[in-house]
Amino acid sequence: MIQMEYYLVVSTIMMFAGIYGFLTRRNTLAILISIELMLNATDVNFAVFNRFLFPQGMEGHFFALFSIAISAAETAIAIAIMINIYRNIRSIQVRNLDELKW
Amino acid sequence: MGSTLETIVFYVLAIFIATMSVMTVTTQRIVRSATYLLFVLFGTAGIYFLLGYTFLGAVQIMVYAGGIVVLYVFSILLTSGEGDRAEKIKRSRLLAGLFTTIAGIAIVLFITLKHKFLQTTDLVPQEVSIHSIGMDLLSSDKYGYVLPFEAVSVLILACIIGGVMIARKR
Repeated sequence: MIQMEYYLVVSTIMMFAGIYGFLTRRNTLAILISIELMLNATDVNFAVFNRFLFPQGMEGHFFALFSIAISAAETAIAIAIMINIYRNIRSIQVRNLDELKW
Repeated sequence: MGSTLETIVFYVLAIFIATMSVMTVTTQRIVRSATYLLFVLFGTAGIYFLLGYTFLGAVQIMVYAGGIVVLYVFSILLTSGEGDRAEKIKRSRLLAGLFTTIAGIAIVLFITLKHKFLQTTDLVPQEVSIHSIGMDLLSSDKYGYVLPFEAVSVLILACIIGGVMIARKR
């Protein structure tokens, strides 16, 4: 029987890999990929807490389900914004995004 | 025998997920980063199957691994991210990020492992039935989830409209 803490160690590693990628990457799409890693880690946490601490309820399961749906929608919008930025300034490196519209 | 197999599967999945997630954020080419993300999402679906949440694992594979990674791959190829490699970042910035990450991992692991969770013992590994998921998802009783269900559908509609408005040809 796998204890709960082992699952939490895995999700912690995933979360902080996402945080490291968010802080050190220059490509905006790589930053978005790191955000997906962080969201995925929290979904694992919700499922693990539901399974081990509250096995008769389903709150964590449904929270993870809705979180997957919401992160899909947010990723679509973020990628649409990035494509629009690329169309305007031909670059998606973070250091080039330093001007507002006018 | 069952518990040994579960242990082996968990360790394989855990090492796979940890390795792939570290490689996602440290590789130079971004298409490889998207591929490693795909592997991480498959590993996470494996963890959901191990916990007995088969519906959640199936949704993870369909939506995350089958939808979001495809979005990332073609947006990377649209914005010409494949040609150039990521430049080497400054040493001080890399060390600062690494130090923040390791300090964060140490603090969170210390708090998590020291905390005595009231774990219910003698857990029978059971699978959640799709009947109960369906009844919970669409019921408006005390533990029903029909309100978030409808709210998520409105949110997805807003995102569809917003995405089309943002990325249309002018």
